[in-house]
Amino acid sequence: MSLAQAIPDVATKAPLVQVRDLHVSFVSREETVRAVNGVSFDLMPGEVLCIIGESGSGKSVTMRALMRLLPRKRAVITGELRVGAHDMIALDERRLSEIRGSVVSMVFQEPMTALDPVYTVGRQITETILRHQRCGRRTAWARALEILQLVRIPSPERRLHAYPHELSGGLRQRALIAMALSCRPSLLLADEPTTALDATVQIQVLILLRKLQKEFGMGLIFVTHDLGVAAQIADRVAVMYAGQIVEEGSARDVLMQPRHPYTIGMLSSTVTAEARGRDIEAIAGSPPDMRVLMQGCSFAPRCRFSVAACSTTTPEPVAVGDRHSARCIRLPETFDPAAR
Amino acid sequence: MWYYAARRVLLAIPIALGVTVICFCLVYLAPGDPVQTLLPPDATQADVAYLKKVYGFDKPIPVQYAKWLGRAVTGDLGTSIQTNQPVLREVLRALSHTLVLSIGAVLVAYPLALALGTLAAFTIGRPPDRLATAISVFGVSIPNYWLGIVLIIVFAVKLGALPVAGMGPNGSDSFDITRWAQFRYVILPVVTTACVPLGIIMRTTRSAVAEVLSQEFIQTLRAKGLRRGAVLRHAVRNALPQMLAVMGLQFGYLVGGSILTETIFTWPGTGLLLSKSILTRDIPMLQGAMLVLALCFVGINLAVDLLQTAVDPRIKRA
Repeated sequence: MSLAQAIPDVATKAPLVQVRDLHVSFVSREETVRAVNGVSFDLMPGEVLCIIGESGSGKSVTMRALMRLLPRKRAVITGELRVGAHDMIALDERRLSEIRGSVVSMVFQEPMTALDPVYTVGRQITETILRHQRCGRRTAWARALEILQLVRIPSPERRLHAYPHELSGGLRQRALIAMALSCRPSLLLADEPTTALDATVQIQVLILLRKLQKEFGMGLIFVTHDLGVAAQIADRVAVMYAGQIVEEGSARDVLMQPRHPYTIGMLSSTVTAEARGRDIEAIAGSPPDMRVLMQGCSFAPRCRFSVAACSTTTPEPVAVGDRHSARCIRLPETFDPAAR
Repeated sequence: MWYYAARRVLLAIPIALGVTVICFCLVYLAPGDPVQTLLPPDATQADVAYLKKVYGFDKPIPVQYAKWLGRAVTGDLGTSIQTNQPVLREVLRALSHTLVLSIGAVLVAYPLALALGTLAAFTIGRPPDRLATAISVFGVSIPNYWLGIVLIIVFAVKLGALPVAGMGPNGSDSFDITRWAQFRYVILPVVTTACVPLGIIMRTTRSAVAEVLSQEFIQTLRAKGLRRGAVLRHAVRNALPQMLAVMGLQFGYLVGGSILTETIFTWPGTGLLLSKSILTRDIPMLQGAMLVLALCFVGINLAVDLLQTAVDPRIKRA
């Protein structure tokens, strides 16, 4: 699989990632958990999409579904998933494994547990390179060293021979990023890669990711529950709630002119410099139980704007601007600044 | 690493000393008089006293221990009361015979157990796992004296394919396992001996590998496109320290010999030697055999410890 095949011609502006009506449910003998309920989005090559949502909103599951990493037996996936020219739903496990790490890579949340503790960092990076690229051991180690330099790991020669437990959290996360980028993927999935890190390290890793994304021209899907992080890194933002994208648009539009009541509530519940002395508004209630089938808008029980119709009709995405849409039947009201 | 190894070896010395005390004293806790079994029932008191003096049984136990230990460190474990042979030579001979069985059992059981255990961990809840689990439960719970007898009845008596017992036409002298005529004698006792370690190691491997497979880094491995085989290698490598510990322990037990198995197959190993010495109150032999076996056990554990540190970078080497 060559990279050229994986990256569609940029000039034609074909999306790098195409997700259509993605449903994921986890089936066990006792219950069915509907984690993702009809997610659709596109990602252009070189674009950064932030998926924002609270725990359990289905953002990580969406990521894992994109790479088909979910357990085959338990996770039922329907819908359309395309990365480049690959139909991720149709591919068998062998072909998938060729794409993972070379066309699509993932960086995980916990740098402490995401690396194999008994192999050196170098071994784990070269292993990836040797899996996907035709090259000798020596070349692979040279590339591993290069990539460690690229992610700004100090004294990389020494770190190649270090075991994960000998590195700090920030360095481990950099090593994981290095591993993910070692085969120059055209799409990087980052699942809350900065959540487990110290605030200062968070910023460094974030800036690094953004820089590498630009350099490589990679598509990046970045999952976070941190709006500040999203504002820093995203071109586009998708807000997830109860397994659905409730609002999607450019980072500016969504964060500056939120339209969906959930996005509005989330934004007003963040601490900002101006808000000092003012009470933080919290969204009342808690997210719905994903085990029970929902009727109507899943946010309705917590929504300030909800009316009777909200709990009977399921809202479809409504365009509210240029590539900006929200799933709400009460959009005119939420749009009215006076009503907020 | 070498510093750590040296420290572990030094630490083994007090353990070995403790072992000698226990080996020496345990024998005196058992009822029965060694001299009595040697003499005819109508022996005089003077005869008894004379023999006791010859073997040193007339001295207080601490003195006997000190003398015994003093000789033991020079490699002299005394003379057997029953055979009049040097104890060390007899024990080492028996040990070499038992090693044939235990190494045979290791060669049969360990690879099979590791393969089945790993397979089971990869297919938890599915048919291969069920089958492997059934095999291991069978291995652990079947009494090996019963299995030995059944094997003899089937393969030796009914089919006549393999010999009933013993170490071969030449007996234990000049035993040469590379010759089929003698190798035949090894098969049934090795199979019998291999059963328990097979079951135990399989179970340990299964749970250890399954535990590793549930860890988060396995997902990273899959996310970077590794094939099943490579993921499996990572999982086994992570579970290895735990598996080594159990394999070492099991090997230690095997070296101690199985009294039952060796009795059924009249295999002149350590198990048979121990049972004979117990029955005849051959105290020097018993003490010597226990000491040698216990030291083997200490040695094996030491080896496992060192292997574990070599295999797992997380164990501190300082």
